[in-house]
Amino acid sequence: MITINNLHASIDGKEILKGLNLEVKAGEVHAIMGPNGAGKSTLASVLAGREEYEITDGSVDFDGKDLLELSTEDRAREGLFLAFQYPVEIPGVSNVNFLRTALNEIREYKGEESISAKDFMAMVREKSAIVELDAKLASRSVNEGFSGGEKKRNEIFQMAMLEPKLAILDETDSGLDIDALRIVANGVNTLKSKDNATIVITHYQRLLDYIVPDFVHVLYNGRIVKSGTKELALELEEKGYDWIKAEVDAH
Amino acid sequence: MGYTENELAKDLENQEYKFGFVTNIASDKAPKGLNEDIIRFISSKKNEPEWLLEHRLKAFSIWKEMTEPEWAHVHYEKPNFQDITYYSAPKQTKKYESWDDVDPELKETMAKLGISMEEQQRLTGVAVDFVMDSVSVATSFKSKLKELGIIFCSFSEAVQEYPDLVKKHMGTVVPVTDNFYAALNSAVFTDGSFCYIPKGVRCPMELSTYFRINEGGTGQFERTLVVADEGSYVSYLEGCTAPQRDENQLHAAVVELIALDNAEIKYSTVQNWYPGDKEGKGGVFNFVTKRGICEKNAKISWTQVETGSAVTWKYPSCILKGDHSIGEFYSVAVTNNFQQADTGTKMIHLGKHTKSTIISKGISAGKSQNSYRGLVQIHKNAEHARNFSQCDSLLMTDECGAHTFPYIECKNSTAKIEHEATTSKIGEDQIFYCLQRGISEEKAISLIVNGYCKEVLNQLPMEFAVEAQKLLAISLEGSVG
Repeated sequence: MITINNLHASIDGKEILKGLNLEVKAGEVHAIMGPNGAGKSTLASVLAGREEYEITDGSVDFDGKDLLELSTEDRAREGLFLAFQYPVEIPGVSNVNFLRTALNEIREYKGEESISAKDFMAMVREKSAIVELDAKLASRSVNEGFSGGEKKRNEIFQMAMLEPKLAILDETDSGLDIDALRIVANGVNTLKSKDNATIVITHYQRLLDYIVPDFVHVLYNGRIVKSGTKELALELEEKGYDWIKAEVDAH
Repeated sequence: MGYTENELAKDLENQEYKFGFVTNIASDKAPKGLNEDIIRFISSKKNEPEWLLEHRLKAFSIWKEMTEPEWAHVHYEKPNFQDITYYSAPKQTKKYESWDDVDPELKETMAKLGISMEEQQRLTGVAVDFVMDSVSVATSFKSKLKELGIIFCSFSEAVQEYPDLVKKHMGTVVPVTDNFYAALNSAVFTDGSFCYIPKGVRCPMELSTYFRINEGGTGQFERTLVVADEGSYVSYLEGCTAPQRDENQLHAAVVELIALDNAEIKYSTVQNWYPGDKEGKGGVFNFVTKRGICEKNAKISWTQVETGSAVTWKYPSCILKGDHSIGEFYSVAVTNNFQQADTGTKMIHLGKHTKSTIISKGISAGKSQNSYRGLVQIHKNAEHARNFSQCDSLLMTDECGAHTFPYIECKNSTAKIEHEATTSKIGEDQIFYCLQRGISEEKAISLIVNGYCKEVLNQLPMEFAVEAQKLLAISLEGSVG
């Protein structure tokens, strides 16, 4: 699905990613953990195509395409979805209008017909149920006046609507109470299939009780320094990151 | 709305100012310059009664003593008033008896502007008065309206046919002494629209005037007078375009609205005069005085979408004279490149329990300057007057400017006045969010801007709202920096 090779990225001349390697196959869920400032959110931003970051070296293959050559919108249209840590408010633009525009742009890119209003609304009803999102929220302005939990649920709702190949969840658990966490995780699990993949970026092990990863990676100082299965996450929860830092710094 | 983003995208393919063409039609012009003879020339061309000529001459003598206002936050080279042609009319000045008589060139012009006087209008139910340069050239639906006692015709015609109504109301809301441009207009106005809705009548269709400057070197000075008699209702639309020219053309209009007891007037404008080119050359100077007066329990609502003109100086206002009267002002003003706009409103509360609402949305792009200027005045007898103002500014680049000049004068302690203002830069975060969902930057801007203006666009009649959305997108094409 995605192969990241020796990725170096910097912002304002400061290098954040320093030779990151990662391979995610279809059907897999990967968790990326790490201490503050390790470069977790930078990785999400770079993959999604935020312009402030400069890629200085490395390559990213996304389903046979050179991801770094694609514009931000084309990455999305190719099936890369980022669930934002801080979803953005767009006053006056209804969620449904926003999503219908997005969906039709993606369809047009793929050479498909626009979705009819009727089919679209049926889809909205079906997908909003996955994250128990009140149908009223679908017609409200994008994220405006949403609670923290509603914003995150709305991200997963959008993911359900756009049916991406690769979803990157950037700290989706931050600011969620336990009920919202369960709902969001359920949504992600429901959408999981053998044809798509998920990268879960998180600080805490808590989310991984609900979204069970196939692999866990530790990102530290711009590199993946340790990989393992879900037991690694439990170990991190128990022991913190210091032992890994010590291990890496000793080399 | 039945209008989808895809349709919008198609409409956007033609992104440049698309009304910049010139109609090749013979015209009857006065010599350049302004003096009493020119005024007499205009008045006699229009076969006006003596009182109107006197009114013009009086306005002219007042104007000569006045100086051009400089307080607005705009900079431009003042027009040379002796270098303007004050009267220019398409040669065939007689009113067309039927559609078949209309000059084919003129028909084509209207078609290009999207004004169809024929079947389509019958379907959408909009009556149109078409004013080109100095005269009204065609009015539709007149007979149908007449059955209801509604008068909708050109101003010149009203002077001939309904002199008493014109004489009674003209200049009562905007007196000739009001300001420099209003005085100039009062001296040299050539045509415009007139509308009278009789007592208790609800006008069944939108009335619309379409203004078009065609000739080079001319100014357009039109007057609109709308009188809504007791308990009546009318919704009035106004659209404007001009050819692309290197020179600055002057447009100084006066609009007067009179809403008698329990009457309601809704006045919507989509202003798309030629804004000048990307370097700031050419464009229309739009110096307009618009004001309405509300008697008891009456309501006047101004909605404007201002995207055109090189310089805009315009403050559609309400005098809330009658108790329980209501004034509203909804505005979107977009400036791009080197455009400058100084626009806003005045809400003058005289009556008790009067209420006003001001929603202003400024959008600045390029190197433009966009100012909101508003006055809320509560007089001492205006017990329990209320005002709510919201003035938002959206910046698209680092080189443009947004300014807000709100004035509040309150002489009654029972008044309740609220003012909210925000300034924001179009969020790179918002655009990135849209891009990440597969939406192109162009569409993202269109979505965000239309969302930002929604409260105002919602006030417009349906067809106009669609037109306005398109205009906003075109005006802001490629403007994020």
